[in-house]
Amino acid sequence: MPDFCGIELAHPVINASGTYDAIAARRVYGDALLEDFPFSAFVSKTITPESRTGNEPRRIWETPGGMINSIGLPNKGLEGFLADDLPQLAELPVPLIVSVMATGRQEFARLVEAVGRREEVAAIELNVSCPNVHSGLIVGEQPSETEALLDILRPLTEKPLIVKLTPNVADPAAVAAAAEQGGADAVSLINTLKASAIDPASGAPALAAGHGGLSGPAVRPIALQQLRAVVAAAALPAIGMGGICNGADAAEFLAAGAALVAVGTENFRDPRAGARVAAELGSAGSSRPAAAAVLDLE
Amino acid sequence: MTAPFGRRLCEVSENRASDGYRVFSLLDRDGPEPLPGQFYMLAVEQRWEERGGRPFLPRAISVADSGPAASGVRLDFLVEGVGPGTDRLCALDPGERVWVNGPLGNAFREPREVNPGAAGAILVGGGIGIAPLALLRRGFAERGVPLRVLLGFRNREHSGGLELFCGAGAELCPEVRLASEDGHVGHQGHVTDLLAAMLAGDDAESAVVYSCGPPAMLEAVRILCAERGVPSELALESPMACGFGACFGCAVPKPEGGYLRLCVDGPVIAGENLAAVPVHA
Repeated sequence: MPDFCGIELAHPVINASGTYDAIAARRVYGDALLEDFPFSAFVSKTITPESRTGNEPRRIWETPGGMINSIGLPNKGLEGFLADDLPQLAELPVPLIVSVMATGRQEFARLVEAVGRREEVAAIELNVSCPNVHSGLIVGEQPSETEALLDILRPLTEKPLIVKLTPNVADPAAVAAAAEQGGADAVSLINTLKASAIDPASGAPALAAGHGGLSGPAVRPIALQQLRAVVAAAALPAIGMGGICNGADAAEFLAAGAALVAVGTENFRDPRAGARVAAELGSAGSSRPAAAAVLDLE
Repeated sequence: MTAPFGRRLCEVSENRASDGYRVFSLLDRDGPEPLPGQFYMLAVEQRWEERGGRPFLPRAISVADSGPAASGVRLDFLVEGVGPGTDRLCALDPGERVWVNGPLGNAFREPREVNPGAAGAILVGGGIGIAPLALLRRGFAERGVPLRVLLGFRNREHSGGLELFCGAGAELCPEVRLASEDGHVGHQGHVTDLLAAMLAGDDAESAVVYSCGPPAMLEAVRILCAERGVPSELALESPMACGFGACFGCAVPKPEGGYLRLCVDGPVIAGENLAAVPVHA
């Protein structure tokens, strides 16, 4: 029974934000989703202060061992989330982690205060892969911006604050250390890698936005290295993710120092991937030592 | 109706050529019978990702026909190889297994659900998009819904699946009319020429049009129906990673702004609920 920031979980496998819509999945699969919920905690899609419709299509493009997405954070906004989505997410049989993002510190504070106040919410994940409207800098790319944001948010809630780290930096460990300095309770990594594809039929960028984020097994070795660097630099529990498809993949992340793992893109291929990864982790007693052995070979 | 939660392995019982297309059948031991218009996310168990890491994602494929089998449900799919995913599906061998998630999405509505005064149905299919209309036609025919079926193809290479529109014998159903752009079969021209002529008739107002095909054809159908005041049920296609509302990749613009998710809000959309049929790569 993993204990994550004081939250007791049935197993160490959760979902990556934005890769599972439990409300839509319940419409598709019915209450079988709740009876056999694939994750030990559920992370919501990122919510923003105001509603967003998301990016113009085309939004996704398949790549070798993965995909690039440029979805644009469609969501109902804070008020819509609290009124419509939160009551439905509260019916899930696992603790709820709400992902939030804003482009200004006061807006971020409004989200954290409003979400942190709700007893249905176990923890808050801060999506910091967004620009600060005042400095123009991507918060999660700057240790100083990250620490300054945490300085404001930390006093607003007693709920655990998880900082979702972007991989699109030279030194993610420095950002993790800044998050720790600012009072974060945990980090999660990696977010998607900035990526592009060209549509061979047109010779133009495949996605309407021109670029997007790469995910899937193609990014796994990068995620593992960033995880190792982060856990070496910050004494915070880390949620490791990046291309985890099965129990052996998850075991590598646990061996590299993750407290929990998250399944993302694999959910698209298998709606029960979380449960399968957890079962493979639990049954294959050999997978942890095997992964540890692999890492020791360096 | 909800789908079984999760994906399951289904064995390939048959894979045969149908002119330029393939028709393969899966034995689904655990799933319900699909409704016309619904689709499945399909990924082959072995040698998926065989072409330099692709195909990676499952492919959304409409079911073309289904029926009870000895120990489950038989699912027939009509496919054309146009990329690494459909190429792999076209190459399926009997006995191989396919990961199946579904049936997903909504279904075509009955004519009377669309329009209480409806007296019949006109089905308009183009190319590989004739697939969901085959299952729809069979159901309508069995229930005695008056119907006409208009099917169009680009040329001989890009055609097939007509045997899915056969009646009790091997002959094409009498209600089917064909068009081809190269003139190799039926009317030389677009299938929408046939629809335009039909909608010019006196009883067109009492029909509901059901359509699936390439975006340009679907858009022509949508406009023709809107001009004549005839309701339409359009089955769309979109890039799609998951099929169950998780990825938000299959966004289709709504007339009032914003997007719907084709996997959970479609794939069948009433023509009046579309500003235009989006053109996807």
